[in-house]
Amino acid sequence: MKLDINGKPHEVDADPDMPLLWVIRDLLGLTGTKYGCGEALCGACTVHLDGNAVRSCVTPVRRAAGAKIVTIEGLSPTSDHPLQKAWTELGVPQCGFCQAGQIMSAAALLAANPKPTDDDIDRSLAGNLCRCGTYLRIRAAVRKAAGV
Amino acid sequence: MRASIRFLATLLAACSGPAPVPAKPPAPPPPAAPGQLLPPSAFTTITEPAARSRAMFAEASRVLTHARCVNCHPPDDTPRQGDDHALHDPPAARGPAGHGVPAMQCETCHQDANRPDARVPGAPNWHLAPIEMVWLGRSPAQICAQISDPKRNGQKTIAQIQDHLAHDPLVGWSWNPGHGRTAPPGSQAELGALFQGWIDSGAVCPPDEENRP
Repeated sequence: MKLDINGKPHEVDADPDMPLLWVIRDLLGLTGTKYGCGEALCGACTVHLDGNAVRSCVTPVRRAAGAKIVTIEGLSPTSDHPLQKAWTELGVPQCGFCQAGQIMSAAALLAANPKPTDDDIDRSLAGNLCRCGTYLRIRAAVRKAAGV
Repeated sequence: MRASIRFLATLLAACSGPAPVPAKPPAPPPPAAPGQLLPPSAFTTITEPAARSRAMFAEASRVLTHARCVNCHPPDDTPRQGDDHALHDPPAARGPAGHGVPAMQCETCHQDANRPDARVPGAPNWHLAPIEMVWLGRSPAQICAQISDPKRNGQKTIAQIQDHLAHDPLVGWSWNPGHGRTAPPGSQAELGALFQGWIDSGAVCPPDEENRP
């Protein structure tokens, strides 16, 4: 199966129903995307398919064939996406495990809604859990990246 | 005097004959077996078309009011889940088109088929019904009125509604919900046939429960 991940072509030998997360992490070694719950309940595994956020732990890899897949490694070639800069400047992460998923969801939000309200941010990131409770800093960083 | 009144009463009773017996409404068909849905042919004993139509809609409403259906026809911006209609977890919002909000769309998690490994239900085009198509908490009569009103049914004809119920894979998911979820009675094809029977008999809505004598 041919996949386009972070702008690079890949060919993988995978069952069509294999979760995309397994392909990304186990077959291709892109470990920035995290395994959290495996049931689409925590958001740690969030990646983009054609710009839309998906939970890669429940997304069959067949759905990703032909789509442009972006993981946290591909969000910015130089790691200077406005969200990444805001994350660093505000010291958002605590343990950091959920943060790749948080940033990928926030990036999908800002791509669709460049000037979100707090309610917009809360609704769009409602499926991304942070067991360290950094929600206030996450929201502040999204606002900073959006310039609102 | 008293004797003549008795005589007159006896005479009247003898002349008027037995009191007319009001015609009995045709007996409704016996209830379907658990998990089954009655076919249109079960209602042929009801000869009056409007009564037959109402009876068929009442049978179809056993599906239309089932949790697998009403959970995606909520009266607010939050989908429901489970037979107790619990708020969707993780929190999900309707969004402008019933497909969620950026980064939290229905298809962020729901795939085109159930994911047994993760217990996430899925079917093509997973989304909420428009808010004017509220079914959760509504009576069969209210659902029937909504279905019949183009202003509240997406400007669809009754035939298009029948096609949605009989053929839309998202509706069909209800009978294959996965992970121990309960399914409505019958099958999608049987619902389609019953709904067609309702249309063919005049598409008459049942009376609102509150207005029943």
